[in-house]
Amino acid sequence: MPDTAPARTVHLGVDLTDAGAHPAAWRTTGSQAQRLFDAKRLVELVATAQRGLLDLVTLDDAFTLRPGRTGTVRGRLDAALVASRLAPRSGGVGLVPTVTTTHTEPFHVSKAIATIDHVSAGRAGWQVGWSTTPAEAAAFGRKAAQDEPDAVAEADEAVEVVTRLWDSWEDDAEIRDVATGRFVDREKLHYVDHEGIRFAVKGPSITPRPPQGQPPVVVRADSPASFDLAARRADVVRVRAATRDEAVALRAQVRDAAADAGRDPDALRVLVDAYVVVGDTRASAQARLDLLEDLEGVSWDTDSLTHVGTARDLAVTVEEWTSAGAADGFLLRPSSLSTDLDAVVDGVVPLLQGAGLFRTAYPGTTLRDTLGLPHPANRYAAIA
Amino acid sequence: MSTRPRKQIHLGAHFPGVNNTTVWSDPRSGSQIDFSSFEHLARRAEAAKLDFFFLAEGLRLREHKGRIHDLDVVGRPDTLPVLAALAAVTDRLGLAGTINTTFNEPWELAKQFATLDLLSEGRAAWNLVTSPDAFTGANFRRGGYLPYAERYARAAEVVEVARALWDSWDDDAVLADRITGDFLRPGAVRPVTHHGTYADVVGLFETPRGPQGHPVLFQAGDSADGREFAAATADVVFSAHSTFDAGRAFYEDVKGRLAAHGRSRDSLKILPATVVVLGDTPDEAAERAREIRLQQVSGPTAIAFLEQVWGRDLEGYDPEGPLPDVEPDTENVSITRGRVRHAKDPAAVAAAWREQAEANGWSIRELVIQVTSRGGFVGTPEQVADDIDRHVQEDASDGFILVPHLTPGGLDEVFDRVIPLLQERGSFRAEYEGTTLREHLGLARPGAASAAEDEPAAELVG
Ligand SMILES: Cc1cc2nc3c(=O)[nH]c(=O)nc-3n(C[C@H](O)[C@H](O)[C@H](O)COP(=O)(O)O)c2cc1C
Repeated sequence: MPDTAPARTVHLGVDLTDAGAHPAAWRTTGSQAQRLFDAKRLVELVATAQRGLLDLVTLDDAFTLRPGRTGTVRGRLDAALVASRLAPRSGGVGLVPTVTTTHTEPFHVSKAIATIDHVSAGRAGWQVGWSTTPAEAAAFGRKAAQDEPDAVAEADEAVEVVTRLWDSWEDDAEIRDVATGRFVDREKLHYVDHEGIRFAVKGPSITPRPPQGQPPVVVRADSPASFDLAARRADVVRVRAATRDEAVALRAQVRDAAADAGRDPDALRVLVDAYVVVGDTRASAQARLDLLEDLEGVSWDTDSLTHVGTARDLAVTVEEWTSAGAADGFLLRPSSLSTDLDAVVDGVVPLLQGAGLFRTAYPGTTLRDTLGLPHPANRYAAIA
Repeated sequence: MSTRPRKQIHLGAHFPGVNNTTVWSDPRSGSQIDFSSFEHLARRAEAAKLDFFFLAEGLRLREHKGRIHDLDVVGRPDTLPVLAALAAVTDRLGLAGTINTTFNEPWELAKQFATLDLLSEGRAAWNLVTSPDAFTGANFRRGGYLPYAERYARAAEVVEVARALWDSWDDDAVLADRITGDFLRPGAVRPVTHHGTYADVVGLFETPRGPQGHPVLFQAGDSADGREFAAATADVVFSAHSTFDAGRAFYEDVKGRLAAHGRSRDSLKILPATVVVLGDTPDEAAERAREIRLQQVSGPTAIAFLEQVWGRDLEGYDPEGPLPDVEPDTENVSITRGRVRHAKDPAAVAAAWREQAEANGWSIRELVIQVTSRGGFVGTPEQVADDIDRHVQEDASDGFILVPHLTPGGLDEVFDRVIPLLQERGSFRAEYEGTTLREHLGLARPGAASAAEDEPAAELVG
């Protein structure tokens, strides 16, 4: 076996954005499109993901209305607040909102994700976002739109500040020492004193260290700049690959780049985006896709692995890709959340479990536990 | 007295703050971070039919003598994610969060509050605070960029932009018509353009209008500018004037400003912060109040408090002994940073305190206990219910924001013993009548700007 072979268990996340990955998903029967902004719909979806013992759910975000026809889903809620709303009545499953770094304050981003981690008892992650659109720049009016390398460079600096702020409280900083009247040991609170190109942030955070220490950082690597960011900073790397060979090459590249950056490649989880249309038969899956394409009027143009078929076929693909070293797992993008998520949880998951490829219980309570990542040491405690 | 109908009392539950009102040394004191503490207070407040739950905010850890102040509770989670999580464990309770207008951008705030309002089905409130100090600014991109004098000018513009963004979606914008394929009603979302001094934004907003149209807006600054801003803009004032006479003066001042803004006196509620200490007898209540004050003002806390006024290190002084004989260092005004109040004339304050302490035979600690006493309601449940009702019926306030001294159960006794008495009198709701916070507070729901007034719609959604 090559040393890049993944562990034999697979990680599965699911994207809960909009009504599903296909733009016409909201127009199908049962799509619950009227309830798109209703928290209870999302609570039900998370409960389904949790029933399937999935690693995590992701939520996309943006500040301005996407350009598009009246016919597509438009409008989004703040992903971080949605993740927090979903935390109290769920367990096991990780909650990973996109929070952008281009027009936001790293100080606010840091305490938002830390708080989701506190509220969920250690199940938060952060999908790092950045923005290159003139529309979003105009919504803030503080600077011009940035090109992708520049926006990613800013995201890189923001990740540095956010992760330092997470460490700015040591885990045992709160002492409640009645004898001396001291609530905290201030030697265990640290100024981050970041003086960077784009920000100067003093710290410490106002929020104590999150339960996971460092909530997992998720980066979508689909350009040279973001690939580099992912290799250096991500715990979970999302890649797009249409074929297994492409994915094998990409995963090896990510791992090599991480090693070059001085990291242990085994500390990264590379997930391939997988668009899925699942049916009882191949014909019924295809018929569902045909309907979506008819409604949309164009064929579905995806940019990564796309599965149209049965749960069994999908389980086979998952098995083949993971054993070939193409992925540590998949970030599933159901064509239609109201249909495909149940099909994955009730159809694909049991098959993978039967093959010994997927967990039968959550291994611990935190997202890092689920991803097999250790509790990280605190960078400031380490120097002390 | 006129025979006007009995006023309905409005009550909020303040989560304990990061100051010495909160007693952490008590064995019953729980975590200020664990979600279970927030859930406890919110659920109990909802069971008692309170109007809302309230969170304060401070964006930099307080410092004293150049170091992080370690004598009070330190650290709290981020305001809005906590409120979003509480929306999952409550159904009716309003969810009010303090958010600074200086170190946030209006587009992002508008989106967050619209989201909170949707996630809570109409229970969101925003307590606008404005402090622009450079000490706090050190945590943000622009540092202390905003002159103090401009804090409310920026706040007003932030609110103006936020309102324009909330109104840029019609209430019924989401059509989701599967047959015609219209997700949004054509023309129901309009671009916002604002070229101002503090905000320069253009674009199509991302988030639908919340059930309340606009979240309830609170204001908590006390200066003349702050009061004027409240009269122009706010639905609720969170004030520090909880005693009867000061309350009435503040109430009259702020309500008197409303007419000039074309607003009715009912359209703004004034809710001072207050504490409640109960006992089975008046004596027992007074005794408990005394014990709590001693817990709140430990020896080190008393010394640190004096140091704020003296502007110098007083560590060598005995908190149980007389006041320092040295004079305040009037140059050193920023020995404590990150808190709201500073003495305006330290030498005069020190002189007055020395005189008081000598006249009464007070130690440093006793002096601090006396001068930092914020009144509040101390007595039997019947006395406290009487007092609260009297303040409201006689226009010293429209209700109160109750500040507990213990996390998370500090208000349990008030909920159990005082609220039922207020309900019996018909001064406080026995059941929620509405579902939104605006309904609880008797505030009108702002209508949406009509699409008809704007340009043709077709090209705008795109
Ligand atoms: C009762 C009360 C509560 C306050 N709570 C906060 C708070 O939680 N966070 C904060 O930053 N400022 C708080 N403030 C201060 C306000 O931030 C206010 O914006 C600041 O004092 C400047 O305005 P002013 O000069 O009108 O007082 C509070 C003020 C009052 C009166």
